[in-house]
Amino acid sequence: MYTAVVFLPLFAAIIAGLFGRKIGDKGAQIITCGAVGLSALLSIPIFIEVVLNGHPASFQLLNWFSSGNVEDAWALRFDTLTAVMLIVVNWVSFMVHVYSIGYMHHDPSVPRFQAYLSLFTFAMLMLVTSDNLVQLFFGWEGVGLASYLLIGFWYEKPSACAAAIKAFVVNRVGDFGFALGIFSVFVLFGSVNFDPIFAAAPAKASTVIHVFGMDANAITVCCLLLFVGAMGKSAQLGLHTWLPDAMEGPTPVSALIHAATMVTAGVFMVARMSPLFEYSQTALNVVTVVGGLTALFAATVGCVQNDIKRIIAYSTCSQLGYMFFAIGVSAYQAGIFHLFTHAFFKALLFLGAGSVIHAMSDEQDIRRMGGIWKRIPLTCVLMYIGSIALAGIPPFAGYWSKDTILEAAWGAGTPFGQFAYALGVAAAFLTAFYSWRLLILTFHGRPRADEHVMAHVHESPAVMTVPLMVLAAGAIFSGYVGHEDFIGEGMGRFWSKSILLIDGHEALHNAHHVPTTISLLPTIVAVSGIALAYVMYMFAPALPRWLAKRFHGIYRFLLNKWYFDELYDFLFVKPAFWLGNGLWKGGDGAVIDACGPDGLAAVTRDLARRASALQSGYLYHYAFAMLIGVAAFVTWYIVKAG
Amino acid sequence: MTDWPLLSITTFLPLLGAAFILSIRGEAEVVARNARNVALLTSVATFLVSLLVWANFNSGTADFQMVDQARWLPGFDISYKMGVDGISLFFVLLSTFLTPLCILSAWVAVQKRVKEYMISFLILETMMVGMFCALDLILFYVFFEAVLIPMFIIIGVWGGPRRVYAAFKFFLYTLLGSVLMLLAILAIYFDAHTTDIQVLIAHPFPVAMQTWLWLAFFASFAVKVPMWPVHTWLPDAHVEAPTAGSVILAGVLLKMGGYGFLRFSLPMFPVASHDFAPLVFTLSIVAVIYTSLVALVQQDMKKLIAYSSVAHMGFVTIGVFTVQVQGIEGAIFQMLSHGVVSAALFLCVGVVYDRMHTREIARYGGLASKMPAYALIFMVFTMASVGLPGTSGFIGEFLVLMGAFQTNSWVALLAATGLILGPAYMLYLYRRVIFGKLVREDLKSILDLSGREIAVFAPLVVVVIWMGVYPVSFLEPMHASVAKLINDYQLAQTAADTASVAVR
Repeated sequence: MYTAVVFLPLFAAIIAGLFGRKIGDKGAQIITCGAVGLSALLSIPIFIEVVLNGHPASFQLLNWFSSGNVEDAWALRFDTLTAVMLIVVNWVSFMVHVYSIGYMHHDPSVPRFQAYLSLFTFAMLMLVTSDNLVQLFFGWEGVGLASYLLIGFWYEKPSACAAAIKAFVVNRVGDFGFALGIFSVFVLFGSVNFDPIFAAAPAKASTVIHVFGMDANAITVCCLLLFVGAMGKSAQLGLHTWLPDAMEGPTPVSALIHAATMVTAGVFMVARMSPLFEYSQTALNVVTVVGGLTALFAATVGCVQNDIKRIIAYSTCSQLGYMFFAIGVSAYQAGIFHLFTHAFFKALLFLGAGSVIHAMSDEQDIRRMGGIWKRIPLTCVLMYIGSIALAGIPPFAGYWSKDTILEAAWGAGTPFGQFAYALGVAAAFLTAFYSWRLLILTFHGRPRADEHVMAHVHESPAVMTVPLMVLAAGAIFSGYVGHEDFIGEGMGRFWSKSILLIDGHEALHNAHHVPTTISLLPTIVAVSGIALAYVMYMFAPALPRWLAKRFHGIYRFLLNKWYFDELYDFLFVKPAFWLGNGLWKGGDGAVIDACGPDGLAAVTRDLARRASALQSGYLYHYAFAMLIGVAAFVTWYIVKAG
Repeated sequence: MTDWPLLSITTFLPLLGAAFILSIRGEAEVVARNARNVALLTSVATFLVSLLVWANFNSGTADFQMVDQARWLPGFDISYKMGVDGISLFFVLLSTFLTPLCILSAWVAVQKRVKEYMISFLILETMMVGMFCALDLILFYVFFEAVLIPMFIIIGVWGGPRRVYAAFKFFLYTLLGSVLMLLAILAIYFDAHTTDIQVLIAHPFPVAMQTWLWLAFFASFAVKVPMWPVHTWLPDAHVEAPTAGSVILAGVLLKMGGYGFLRFSLPMFPVASHDFAPLVFTLSIVAVIYTSLVALVQQDMKKLIAYSSVAHMGFVTIGVFTVQVQGIEGAIFQMLSHGVVSAALFLCVGVVYDRMHTREIARYGGLASKMPAYALIFMVFTMASVGLPGTSGFIGEFLVLMGAFQTNSWVALLAATGLILGPAYMLYLYRRVIFGKLVREDLKSILDLSGREIAVFAPLVVVVIWMGVYPVSFLEPMHASVAKLINDYQLAQTAADTASVAVR
């Protein structure tokens, strides 16, 4: 059962991928949905056994590699953290698989799409069940590959290809840090397996290593390097640029990979490494600050975007920021709880957006939508549910997790925690604002699409709406149902040993005892954000345009996403091509070849020509040369003797 | 079975096949067909024999195994001596594995002078295998140099329009290094009075002499690897060579340098190796970054892959000179992986070259819609090339960087930028060739892989995945030999340190 839950999707991916043409669209859909559905079902008994009955398990499947004292095996590890992730990954993935049947039915390459989805699911499952850092890295890169393939799924679109490469390369920047992190962990602990690392961590808390020309606390170095990896995968400030572009992929992909599962891998990894991060306050502070900044940054950008999917993408980025600063104040449980609830409502929002796009004949710009709620009432209601949950209105799911995170940030009682709290509250206001901006512009007001499009607006088929309803149920209830166990009284028993907290890190405990104003504030700002959106887009539609004109500079700055893409293009992409050309023509051509083989050949040829010029064939030339020679020898002899 | 001279059979069986092909007479058509068949049969048989070598290999010992010895020049204590250890074993297998695939890949592509082409490849195989098995310095030198002759001919006769320039450049570079190595071999002989490699490994060379010998060997091996800045022959040679020539060039010939460092430089001149390690690291890091950037702007597919080879071999030289278990095993693994992956990538280029007769990237685009099988296989090797975990490329790079991190974290940091640059140029290539809209008229009727081509790629895919998922099969036999190599190296360092203290 434990092995099957991980490998069923791989099996389905191979069948659908290699024999897609033989089994046809239907066959591919049945086999991939069937396999992932089975995995989803199996993850329930696993959750019961591991979490509720308290029996974590781990299995070794096969040796992977060994070299010197590095030993690594393919192994599966099931504890509470893994079991929670299994539920999230498998169920969201199953819903997305089913939804795709409807969403992709016009597409000519259905088997390929379903195969990629299942391949992704497999890689993600390997990631969450791994028992060591290297296998985690395998899953980590595997989801990166699947993400690359799915973003570039419509490979005929140049923008999709560019986005796919960008996603892979930017993620590789993070992985570069991750890999160095694994090496430093290995240098420090002599192992890459979790159990020995976690067991030895307390003893190494103040070890110093010499690395990159300086002496630094070893655990801090490891944690910061690993966190660079997490920043790449989870699109944190600086390495976030790939995520909005990733929306070039089909919408089910955005829901599965770029909202619910893959992007949360960074959060999962840091939580998994909690026994290490706990011993480095510096690293935790960095995580808090980066998380807080990302939460606010992405929310500001989300307020002015016009592409329905990009707004939700920035929202995802922002919510990931919340998860990170929760972890930064040692409220890992709250971070994972938010990951859990967020997976449902964000997948719901993305798939709902997909349903809107589907209805609007592939239109994604919310400026060309509006007034369609009567035509697609079900989608509209579902989008509202998702947005309420996202904005954190009680008693929907987002309220339970997001409020706890903010309270924990305050409860940490550190300047970093308060900094994160302030940014988080500001972001909560913006979150509510941009969510309602999206809802109002999409569904209400006067229709702004042309008649042709409006005539075709229709509700999606049941194969798409049923998964939406399942996710909506999660978006409504998962917070209330889960809060006791994830972050409340039952917390200790629920998480058992999968997350470590050292003494003195009591942010989550304090979260339940913060002043009422502090705990009410997020809800209040959320409601005001909604109110502001109504004012600006329902009652005074001229206001946004006036604001954009009045504060033109700020508006441009936000619309262009703080100019990160332009900056990176200027700093890295252009110079790389420029240097490449320079080194090729200049370095290889003008210097190495000219001085090396070509130069040598030229000199040889030159000498040969001169030598051949000497052989003129005239006797008097030779006689003259001989005379000169004799004269020279005689002179030399006389001078020498004299 | 074990008392058969397996290594000598593996080495000389292809030569027998070549002699057989030489004797084929008759109509051109018949001769070509028979030559192909005989060459394929011979090389497959050779591969099967080499599998026996693997089967009989004992992983428990660091000694040379299956040693064959015969008197050659007894007056000078020079003999014919062959044997393998954990370091050379897989290079032998790599050579015998790639040769049949090369012959199969040239089945249709080569139509002129088929007989001579097949003979060249079989001779080449003999020389390669012999070089990796040789346990006598002179014998090694003979094979090492003789490898160049068929390669020179393959490029010069069946190559592209600028083949003569490329062949000369190739020859100039490699010859310069070889001359210095020959001088060094003479010096070794006069110091140790033998050319038996097993004896030489244990022979302590004077420290001052080591420096010169190391440099002379380095001159030869660095060109072969190739290391920056003596790499410029490689792109030209690859571009002009026929597909199968590129496959062997990238797959096996580049490994001669890395193998040489492991077989000679480290064990025979440990003190000099230690002193020169920073030089090697610097050149390798420059190679990784410099050639990756250059690869990014290439317009010719083969040139791009050739430059990427230089970057990947940069990892190898770093790994070798870390003298850490992970570093050296990673370097060997990286060489094997690169041998398979770059060979496969050149074959991928060959597939479209055979159809369109151009390697210019801009002439392609959108192949995914017409050639799905090709797109899949190209993707597998692209991912292996960028070191995706689960493929062979990952294990090598990972172990090398792990070894480097323990030696010097800066080296690891700078070399790891290859992790970012690698996907940049490979995915950019893939995008321009496979993705995009298929707009060119002449591409619209392009055919997907034929059965023969799938037969060429299938074994390569299997090996790439096998090496990525269960590399134990390949790492296990290395352990003992690598451990001994490192142990001897460290003993030599300690000895040198005490000696220098004593002098003071």
